[in-house]
Amino acid sequence: MMNKSMTGARMVVQALKDQGVDVVFGYPGGAVLPIYDEIFQQNDIRHILVRHEQAAVHAAEGYARSTGRPGVVLVTSGPGATNAVTGITDALMDSIPIVVLTGQVPTFMIGNDAFQEADTVGITRPCTKHNWLVKDTDALSGTLHEAFHVATSGRPGPVLVDIPKDVQFATGRYTAPRDARISHYKPQVKGDIEMITRLAEAMETAARPIFYTGGGVINSGDAATQLLRELVEATGFPVTSTLMGLGAYPASGDKWLGMLGMHGLYEANLAMHGCDLMINLGARFDDRITGRVADFSPNSAKAHVDIDPSSINKTIHVEMPIIGDIAHVLEDLLRIWKSRGRKTNKAGLEKWWAQIDTWRKVDCLSFRPASKIIKPQHALSRLEALTRDRDRYICTEVGQHQMWAAQYLRFDAPNRWMTSGGLGTMGYGFPSSIGVQIAHPDALVINVAGEASWLMNMQEMGTATQYRLPVKQFILNNERLGMVRQWQELLHGERYSHSWSESLPDFVKLAEAFGAKGIQCSDPADLDDAIQEMLDHDGPVVFDCLVEKHENCFPMIPSGEPHNKMLLGEASTSDAIREGGAVLV
Amino acid sequence: MATLKIKKGTSRHSAYDLRDPNLDLSETHTLAVLVDNEAGVLARVIGLFSGRGYNIESLTVAEVDHTGHLSRITIVTTGTPAVIEQIKAQLGRIVPVHEVHDLTVEGPSVERELALFKVGGTGDKRIEALRLAEIFRANVVDSTLESFVFEMTGTSEKIDAFAELMRPLGLAEVARTGVAALARGV
Repeated sequence: MMNKSMTGARMVVQALKDQGVDVVFGYPGGAVLPIYDEIFQQNDIRHILVRHEQAAVHAAEGYARSTGRPGVVLVTSGPGATNAVTGITDALMDSIPIVVLTGQVPTFMIGNDAFQEADTVGITRPCTKHNWLVKDTDALSGTLHEAFHVATSGRPGPVLVDIPKDVQFATGRYTAPRDARISHYKPQVKGDIEMITRLAEAMETAARPIFYTGGGVINSGDAATQLLRELVEATGFPVTSTLMGLGAYPASGDKWLGMLGMHGLYEANLAMHGCDLMINLGARFDDRITGRVADFSPNSAKAHVDIDPSSINKTIHVEMPIIGDIAHVLEDLLRIWKSRGRKTNKAGLEKWWAQIDTWRKVDCLSFRPASKIIKPQHALSRLEALTRDRDRYICTEVGQHQMWAAQYLRFDAPNRWMTSGGLGTMGYGFPSSIGVQIAHPDALVINVAGEASWLMNMQEMGTATQYRLPVKQFILNNERLGMVRQWQELLHGERYSHSWSESLPDFVKLAEAFGAKGIQCSDPADLDDAIQEMLDHDGPVVFDCLVEKHENCFPMIPSGEPHNKMLLGEASTSDAIREGGAVLV
Repeated sequence: MATLKIKKGTSRHSAYDLRDPNLDLSETHTLAVLVDNEAGVLARVIGLFSGRGYNIESLTVAEVDHTGHLSRITIVTTGTPAVIEQIKAQLGRIVPVHEVHDLTVEGPSVERELALFKVGGTGDKRIEALRLAEIFRANVVDSTLESFVFEMTGTSEKIDAFAELMRPLGLAEVARTGVAALARGV
């Protein structure tokens, strides 16, 4: 592509093409009309019209998380930009690469309270990795290329480029990516070899080691997940993961302990509490993970590999901080550990696994299926059983159903699990599933939802039917804000303040009103057939699964408590628990 | 393993841990931050401090390299050692930030602040103010029959001390620039 003159609006489309973008999620409006006019006149970039700007960002997140490539959003000024803020913040918290392009009122009107004017760069400054207001058409293409560079380098995140309408109309010189002056921003990817060697030494002697992996492994890419699997197999150490990291290590692997954290598995949390060497790979010691910081894994030496220096020693002090990209660090770690003779503390490890096996026997996810009513855990167990052999992509909304999905669905590959972890955005899942399906047109994409979360972005039924996206909306309908209700039951005197969903729609009719298929199921005996009907239907499906209304999500570590003080559900009646001295409500 | 007795209906367990783990003593550090001189960069730095609950005791900013479009921000902040480390790491990941230096730990440094004091008064008080200004090596940069404006450069402590002395002598207004600081030597 030669550097030549063109309008700002054409530059936007050209820059997207040169960055390899094939899909843009957006919604038009006055301040982006010149760009939409350019989109109309070409066929390389597909534009997906969502029904709300928040959904555009979540769809772009779904696209990005399921492909590893940046998601692109195009919205107008003012309300277009402010509606996108929740999605942008969500992407920031979960480190998802997103490039958001917003229209802005003409430069000479900025500051005049013009129609649909908002201080977009001001509003989004704290919720983007970086943002730009472009006031000169000559600077536009260079800024767009830099935006892609910043969004995808180091710890990924959302960026925003605000483009006034006169800048879109004016003509300037286009700069191709290879000629663009990219800023000094180049995060460190190679870890400190001395510290990596110290970690290798610690791995040789540790009696109770554990890998604690996070979303950073998935963000680092396929090489990182491959190296993680190799390292786990070579050392025989157990591995647990945060909500964000599910799929980096396969759930079918025998070293897999399951998810850790507030609603994590008993064996994963107790292993974190009792370990003597914790190897954190791309996780950030989030408060849903650590519980009470002062009692977090009290007897372990800790290593922390993270590409973001500000993640290290933020909440938990570590003895072995390693700043770098997971794939680079794991490659060095494996090489060093192998060259030193592939040593592990075999006797210690054997005892450690024996201990872990006693925790596993607690079977903390066990539940008693009811005969007349569908338990949410049962619904997800059946969904898992009926889709296990397919390469499926799972999105979720936020709440109890999200935790149950993380517990009962099993992920053997990365980029198959899209959930709002950091921000906890209800309404994330449905638009996210649309983004995933756009990226993988032939794949099975399921959004595990609660009825309350799902309603927050249900307008996207229009998008799903318009583009004939066969997304499966699997709604666990308990007519409650289940997680809020759970906290109110346990901690607020069973005063259920505004946590029930009254005046719910008929989800089957709602689906049909949008031209989609609706299925309702309330009888456990019908469940398998109903799920199969959903899977077999070639088109969007809303599955209204009426479940037990008062089920609580266990295991659970109440905030402010350490890992070894868990509340267990029905598993607590088993003998293993009493012997272990565990905790019952 | 200890048991957890959780009674239904108690609110001791919040959705967040409400205890502040950082109750130990805090320290004062002077940070020098080299940034691209572009629109909004100061807002990014200030927004970081307000958004994450860090303290700013003093902040100065001006372009120091016109051709390289670089500005230098000098920030005096307080926090526990862990918070100070976190502030530096957070500053370092702002995209237009080039360098972050903690002058308090990187070796000896000099810190100076410039201040202007308007002191009104006549008779003995006026004479006393002028006498103290000489002791403090403050310059008179404006004078009327009933007032002086003194200009003084020094450490923040010296400026505090001078302001304290001027207060009973008719101190009307003070303008301070905040701290500018450089490491000693090359």
